[in-house]
Amino acid sequence: MVIAEEGSQEKNMLSAREPSTSRPLVEMKHVSKVFSNGTVALSDMSMSVRPGEFISLLGPSGCGKSTALRIIAGLGGISQGELDWPSLRINARGLPDGAISFVFQEPTLMPWQTVFGNVYLPLRLKGISKKAARERITAALESVGLEEFDQAYPRELSGGMKMRVSIARALVTEPKLLLMDEPFAALDEITRQKLNDDVLKLWKSTGITVVFVTHSVFESAYLANRIVVMKARPGRVHADFPLHTSLDRDAGYRTSEEYRLACSEVSAKLSEAMGGGEH
Amino acid sequence: MTMTSIKEDEVHTDGGLDSDPAKKEEPREFASGPTLPTKESAAAAKRRDRFFTIVIPLCVIACLIVVWHVMVKVNEVPHYILPGPSLVVNSLVSDWHILFPALLVTAKITLMSLALALLGGGGMAILLVQSRWIETALYPIMVILQVTPIIAIAPLILIYAPTTQTALLICAFVVAFFPILSNMVQGLKSVDHNLLNLFELYGASRWQTLVYLKLPSCLPYFMTGLRIGGGLALIAAVVAEFAAGSAGAGSGLAFRLLESQFRLNISRLFAALFLLASLGVLIFAITSFISWWTLHRWHESSVKREN
Repeated sequence: MVIAEEGSQEKNMLSAREPSTSRPLVEMKHVSKVFSNGTVALSDMSMSVRPGEFISLLGPSGCGKSTALRIIAGLGGISQGELDWPSLRINARGLPDGAISFVFQEPTLMPWQTVFGNVYLPLRLKGISKKAARERITAALESVGLEEFDQAYPRELSGGMKMRVSIARALVTEPKLLLMDEPFAALDEITRQKLNDDVLKLWKSTGITVVFVTHSVFESAYLANRIVVMKARPGRVHADFPLHTSLDRDAGYRTSEEYRLACSEVSAKLSEAMGGGEH
Repeated sequence: MTMTSIKEDEVHTDGGLDSDPAKKEEPREFASGPTLPTKESAAAAKRRDRFFTIVIPLCVIACLIVVWHVMVKVNEVPHYILPGPSLVVNSLVSDWHILFPALLVTAKITLMSLALALLGGGGMAILLVQSRWIETALYPIMVILQVTPIIAIAPLILIYAPTTQTALLICAFVVAFFPILSNMVQGLKSVDHNLLNLFELYGASRWQTLVYLKLPSCLPYFMTGLRIGGGLALIAAVVAEFAAGSAGAGSGLAFRLLESQFRLNISRLFAALFLLASLGVLIFAITSFISWWTLHRWHESSVKREN
């Protein structure tokens, strides 16, 4: 597959504009991404993110989930297609301005900064003084239960706590869209379930929109109200379906029949996607 | 943001299943934890540890001096071949008026060249990583300058430099410059890619990325460069003075070494050597301390491993 270099079309460069509500947060139309070494990471991927959704991007490793997430964040250009953030404020570079936060697979903290300094970073980059930011930082740290650790350095924290700091940093800008790239993959199962519950509570209480990349069927069935299953080589959408439940997503849900059915549905779609992609 | 419900929840579960806070990696609370019976003994062990790290090397040095003294006495070695330690101390005291000014000259050249190398190396590293083209253009020159032995360039520098002092300064600078530069370049290039992504996502300017991310994250590399550069600057200052062969009142310890050798004043040679070694140790101690002081709170290299 050859995709022409259409540098001028890389991003649809709109001039700075004000946001409008009720439209999708992200609109990807026929997006392709080719890396400089010729690898086709994404091919003709279309997907939109609407406000309030909890989307799980699910797929085998190497299917371009992370690439798709980075593209949604505006990190790295696209090779073909259209990409827009219709309801977000767009800055002069044609990228969304501060309404998107990203949580990486690693905590990605600055080791030379305290927890406070790490959470302060997004605000500091916006030129907000430490004094003016203090209240918001404290609130963000409280929301992840780390308000007493603000003067600790990252190396003094456990893996789960570091991840919480990372989430607090993502929340401190009060973003509309939270992108999470397999955030808990490196953690143990107990911490992971705990953090999953925390993210769900955040989602419920703030109305934030979440796109959550994972390769775990159970995680996506537990968290998401919409599942996008991706297929590898080249990366594209295989299935995109809602996942509704009448139950509260909590410890009880994990053992319910409904959850078991959801898991098997998601699992079936994933095997389809994997079966079709392998030779 | 109002998400206090989560916080409460965590407080409840902390005592139970939850694997994360506080327990796993015995952090901060322990400092104030009165329940720990090991605290006292741990502090005592630490003190003992520190005591031994100072005392053991001193004992070894003292033993070596005693052996030296005994060997010289027993074998009746003439003082123009190997003076005993007492004679060296004698020279150190009686020739202090010659040796001390020379020490100051060498120290001055070393420290000035190190300071210049820090500025130059750091600045050049920042410049090099700005663009691949600048790096392509300049890096080979840096390498050529580095791999050519300083003793071979010294005669040229001596011809072109206005004064001998300047020539010595340039030589020491050239040698100390490279480790600082290459470490800094390595450090600036080793910045966590995800942190770079994060800065990009939050719309950080080039300047913000440099000041808040790249410079702090290459600090450990810079410190390595500083420690290596400090040692090399002293070596280069001495080597360059050997090459210069300058004499007279304004000359450094290297000249005094040569002079003592010519006059078979071996005890003064040893005294000068002792001063040079002391200067080297002092520079090493200072640079190591700076390195520890800037990194100890966060960098793995300066943190004692506790298992």
